[in-house]
Amino acid sequence: MKILVCISKTADTTAKIAFTPDQKSFLETGVQFIINPYDEWYALVRAVELKEQYPDTVLHLITVGGADAEPILRKALAIGGDAAFRVDLQPISIEQVALSIAAHVKQEGYDLIFTGKETIDYNGSGVGGYLAGLLDWPFVSLATRFDYNGQTATVEREIEGGREICEASLPLVVSCQKGMAEQRIPNMRGIMAARTKPLQVLAAPPEAQQPAISIDHFALPPKKSGVHLIEPGNEEELVRLLHEEAKVI
Amino acid sequence: METIAPATLKGGEFLIRPSDNIFTPEDFDEEQRMIYDMAHQFIEKEIWPLLDRIDQQEPGLMQSLLDKAGELGLLGAALPETYGGMGKDFITATLINEAVGAGHSFAVAMAAHTGIGTLPILYFGTPEQKQKYLPGLATGAIKGAYALTEPGAGSDALSGKTTARRSADGSQFILNGQKIWITNSGFADIFTVFAKVEGATDKHQGFSAFIVERNTPGLSFGEEEHKMGIKGSSTRQLFFQDCAIPADHLLGEIGKGHVIAFNILNIGRQKLCAAAVGAAKRAIELSVQYANNREQFRKPIASFGAIQYKLAEQAVRLFACESALYRTTQLIDALEKESLAQGIPHEKALLQAAEEYAVECAILKVCGSEMLDYVVDEAVQIHGGNGFSEEYPVSRAYRDSRINRIFEGTNEINRLLILDMLIKRAMQGRLPLLQAAKAAQDELLAPPAALTNIINANSTDFQTLHSQIAQWKKLALLIAGAAVQKFMQQLEDEQEILMALSDIIMDIYLAESSVLRAEKISRQQPDSLYPLLAQVFVADATYRIQQQANEALMAFAEGDELRILQSAIRRFCKVLPFNTKQARRRITAALREANTYCF
Repeated sequence: MKILVCISKTADTTAKIAFTPDQKSFLETGVQFIINPYDEWYALVRAVELKEQYPDTVLHLITVGGADAEPILRKALAIGGDAAFRVDLQPISIEQVALSIAAHVKQEGYDLIFTGKETIDYNGSGVGGYLAGLLDWPFVSLATRFDYNGQTATVEREIEGGREICEASLPLVVSCQKGMAEQRIPNMRGIMAARTKPLQVLAAPPEAQQPAISIDHFALPPKKSGVHLIEPGNEEELVRLLHEEAKVI
Repeated sequence: METIAPATLKGGEFLIRPSDNIFTPEDFDEEQRMIYDMAHQFIEKEIWPLLDRIDQQEPGLMQSLLDKAGELGLLGAALPETYGGMGKDFITATLINEAVGAGHSFAVAMAAHTGIGTLPILYFGTPEQKQKYLPGLATGAIKGAYALTEPGAGSDALSGKTTARRSADGSQFILNGQKIWITNSGFADIFTVFAKVEGATDKHQGFSAFIVERNTPGLSFGEEEHKMGIKGSSTRQLFFQDCAIPADHLLGEIGKGHVIAFNILNIGRQKLCAAAVGAAKRAIELSVQYANNREQFRKPIASFGAIQYKLAEQAVRLFACESALYRTTQLIDALEKESLAQGIPHEKALLQAAEEYAVECAILKVCGSEMLDYVVDEAVQIHGGNGFSEEYPVSRAYRDSRINRIFEGTNEINRLLILDMLIKRAMQGRLPLLQAAKAAQDELLAPPAALTNIINANSTDFQTLHSQIAQWKKLALLIAGAAVQKFMQQLEDEQEILMALSDIIMDIYLAESSVLRAEKISRQQPDSLYPLLAQVFVADATYRIQQQANEALMAFAEGDELRILQSAIRRFCKVLPFNTKQARRRITAALREANTYCF
């Protein structure tokens, strides 16, 4: 089996959100970057577990980004994987990422692709579905469990008010979320091995180079105003505030 | 990344020579950063949630956590690959110690295991002893401990009463005696035990080291000690009653136990500083977050100058200590690599390198532990009443910090050692301190150069900072030289003077490290706040050095000599105009913005 795990570089959850002066992009100065947690904890670790279960599995990782994404890929390689690819492109949209990965998949050939359910920066969550569409493969989203018996995959996913269990044949794209696996801390051997694992830079395919969308501007949500506490029984004051300050009645 | 020239300054040489380029944390390579992140992640995920249970000494818990650290490769990081280790360099090993340093009692257990529990066998074991124990120590399958201290032999470590008697047929040593404060003793599988071989006639009365396995008949254990802090660390007494061990469990040579005991301590002191840096980063993080969240008078307390002073000062002291730590670490690492290249075996190379920088290791031990005590003390103060409650993590940090000034040689012993080693090296001709002191004396008799004319109060002028530190060095040499002349061999009885002098020397080393690092970063990031961290440290140190210099001087000088040396203090330790309040506010603004330690 040949598995591809899609890895995104994302800002750390504690990062301060600010934008460039033209408001068109996220300001990266002083920001710590991490592997997108859904990609790392669930997609990658489950793929590593499958490789442990089926040792002849080939496990590749891919990201779409600049050279600054390479430390993230190395860290992912320290957790597991045989080789990594970086498509050299700074994407601003989902379709650029999906087109880049699809081009690589068509060339390299895979049986199974894992993505995280979303990336925690722009919360896009569209790459998995888009990619499956481009490849004309089945897609199972929001998977919480994935088993493979050598023939078919059994995937559990969350649906409104319950769980859905589906069976699928390979090739297949799955987006992964909590439940798929437990976070793994890379060990020393993994970190040392990551340095020598191949990391190949690929040119972005022509169809991915121009985004179909453009970003007008980013804006921070308005600051939350303070909370007024009103003594029980003081309905007059409540009504006054709702009318005069909140202006909702 | 800049390449660092191989060790250019010898041990102690910082006192007489300037340094133009030092290794700094900004120079870590990608693998080193990944290993640090991994160790930090391990502490955050596996240790912090269990701190209460660890402190209650839940049976088996500490061992299982050490096993987990072993699975990740943390225990064997610095051991050679031939013995199941990872063969990582000294800088990487130090980064692991720093990350794990935030792990409270676990940090102590792991440091004892990987340091004093493992290193005596690595450095002094026979090939058979190494083969037998090191692979297990590298994974944690065997857990190590070290038994030197006795009830009557603490700082005076060689005065222990534990004896080793050779059996009639020579096949065994029979140990009798008592050891105290033995870290990891509740579960360790092997102990490096120091005892005097009966009948030995060498000058150390046969003081030697032995490997004793836990299940040896005649070895028994006391109850767990009730301690002020590091409550999760297992600490018991060991009792030896006709405890017979095979003769081939002798470690090193008879009468050479002190070589093992003292050499291991140099590395232990550097490691302790690394752990203190890690613990301090965590305490500052907690302080900043609390000060940002806690509101009084309708404002976050971090907006008040009194709190800002504390937050900035925590960062200033940590930054200086961290700069000195990695500066020293790279010097040791470079010298070790140089020795390896010359064919000196791994076992000897690091020990020799650490011995060369023994003065710096002692400085790191004292400064690291006192920096951490300052940081946790102010962390509690910033937390107010909540800091005194066990509901908040800083009370544990406060309790756990205190032992650092006591173990691995008390800070008093280390202060004495700093001077003792420097003077010995001067006498042996290893360090030209006397010549440098003479040059300072000559300069004092010549008219002063106009240092103060080039000071600019508002921007960082590294040249001025370097000049200031160079002047401090002259002052230290002048006073030390005068004290040596006055007391000769009796100087060792003047401990108050030695304490004051070592304080001056430590401030010099830390200030210089801080300035050199800030200067190096400024070349890449001209607008960073790092120069302010260095400048505040230098400003603080100026007052401390003035005080210690006066104190030392008044203790022995009089008449003309006193007048001349007082003029040296005025000339070589001037307070230059610098607005520390404004600098601290800017430092705190950055900490508040990042909501954690960010330098």
